[in-house]
Amino acid sequence: MTTNAASTQPRFYEQTWDLSYRHALGSTVGVFLDGLKEGKILGRICPSCSRVLVPPRSYCDRCLVETGEWKQVANEGVIEMMTIVYEGFKGLPDPPYAIAYVLLDGASTALLGYVHGLDLTDMDAATKRLAIGNRVTVHFRSEPKGDVTDYWFEPAGSAGS
Amino acid sequence: MRNVGIIGVGQTDFVKTRTDVTYPELVREGALLALDDAGLTMNDIEAVVVPLAPDALIGIGNGERWLIESIGATGKPVMRVNNGGATGASAVEVAWTHIASGLFDVVLVAGADRVSESLSAQSVLNKMWDVAYERPYPQNTITMLAMSAMRYNHLYGSDERDMARVTVKNRRHASLNPHAHLRTIVTEEDVLESRMLSWPLKLGDLCPSSTGGAAMVLVSEEYAARLGKPVAWIRGLGQNTETIWMGDRVGPDVEGDHADADALKVAFQRAYAQAGLTDPKSQIDVAEIYAPFSSVEFHVIEAAGLCEKGEAPGLLAQGSFHLGSDGVVVNPSGGTQCTNPIAVTGTVRVIEAATQVLGRAGDRQVAGANVAIASAIGGDHQFYSTFVIANHLDPIGL
Repeated sequence: MTTNAASTQPRFYEQTWDLSYRHALGSTVGVFLDGLKEGKILGRICPSCSRVLVPPRSYCDRCLVETGEWKQVANEGVIEMMTIVYEGFKGLPDPPYAIAYVLLDGASTALLGYVHGLDLTDMDAATKRLAIGNRVTVHFRSEPKGDVTDYWFEPAGSAGS
Repeated sequence: MRNVGIIGVGQTDFVKTRTDVTYPELVREGALLALDDAGLTMNDIEAVVVPLAPDALIGIGNGERWLIESIGATGKPVMRVNNGGATGASAVEVAWTHIASGLFDVVLVAGADRVSESLSAQSVLNKMWDVAYERPYPQNTITMLAMSAMRYNHLYGSDERDMARVTVKNRRHASLNPHAHLRTIVTEEDVLESRMLSWPLKLGDLCPSSTGGAAMVLVSEEYAARLGKPVAWIRGLGQNTETIWMGDRVGPDVEGDHADADALKVAFQRAYAQAGLTDPKSQIDVAEIYAPFSSVEFHVIEAAGLCEKGEAPGLLAQGSFHLGSDGVVVNPSGGTQCTNPIAVTGTVRVIEAATQVLGRAGDRQVAGANVAIASAIGGDHQFYSTFVIANHLDPIGL
């Protein structure tokens, strides 16, 4: 019998990894999520360098000490960087959507969130409205889900979502 | 510590998919090429380091277990390295440590990737971010680098045409490299007119999902002397890490801006110090640097000390960094932007650096290359590996 490996048809085995996890988030995250229900963005102050870490973390990665006091920061701030996604990726939301890092007034570090409240289909206009340094305000879900998507940003002065 | 050299390298031709071989068979292909190049066999190898990125990317649980027989590693020490996109370079650093420490004389680094077998790559990559604060958003490697690109353009006045010039250069280089995946020459207009994915990154700014194997044989100076073959010496190497929090890379207290790669600069400086390299602009002939997207190449060039911050786009527009130009040639292989088999992408950077200083790079050879640098980046722009590779052990710059 003669065989020819080169002439064989490609064979495939398809498999989906249906993996489920339930991650405990810790009490520092818990306080932050509780704050969202009250319309507050909370940070943690490093007792050594005085940075206000937003989102709050229980330790300062620069000073290598535990953070201490909680501090509520403003519900408005400036865009530090952003992107508008126009391509769909399997397992991620349908486009278009905008995400941005926003430095809220009173915070030392920037917070990630969706940006709603503007038309993303006009890319040139949308990217100009979300330019670095432009101001945005924080909005909160009226019926909180209990995760970080309970808040989002909108360009300051926009009519709402 | 002992001197360590690269005595053999191997890489398959990178493509989108390979249906004729399994993952272990692909690792074996690369390993056999490297062993053949070194004039050695699997029996000569004392220890093996396997670069392998996150399991879910190739859908194989701990693939290092599946491949050991394919490269003759049973009965030998085997170590798997995973540093995200820096994996393939970090594996070379582990192999260097094996030999520099005096523990081993001849070590094989061998791996492969088949990224296109995952239909969910960006969803897998999303899982690296903080569970509570960031993973609920569709953060992934494309959005992360889109934000770096828009910030770089904002700070330094560059634009999408500058980014397109990187692609044009790298595709021209890749067209001369038989191992590269994307080898079609493109124009600036082709890139600018390609589909917008995550503003300002378009399809033409991105790397492909590549399949292929790569391997390298590293030896001690004593072992190299016995073989009597040309050696690409690892003269210096460095590593550094950066916070996962991109939001900490902006704002009033920023230490390393997300537009730049300051932590990578430190990694380069560590490698330069070990190598005795004091003037990157004049002492380096080739820079084979990890830049999966066009925009990344600018801040890596600057972190390597080849120019000041914000200068790379203007220099590129004036013709610098191209094959045939005066000064340092950047990514003569076409770079990660044209070939990205994630687990071994860092290995391929070091292979190209070694190939260039040994004068074996064929149509893409940089004339008179004696000193090359290589680098890789992993995670959320977090894990950095750097190398200085030379074809001699004399002081650099003399």
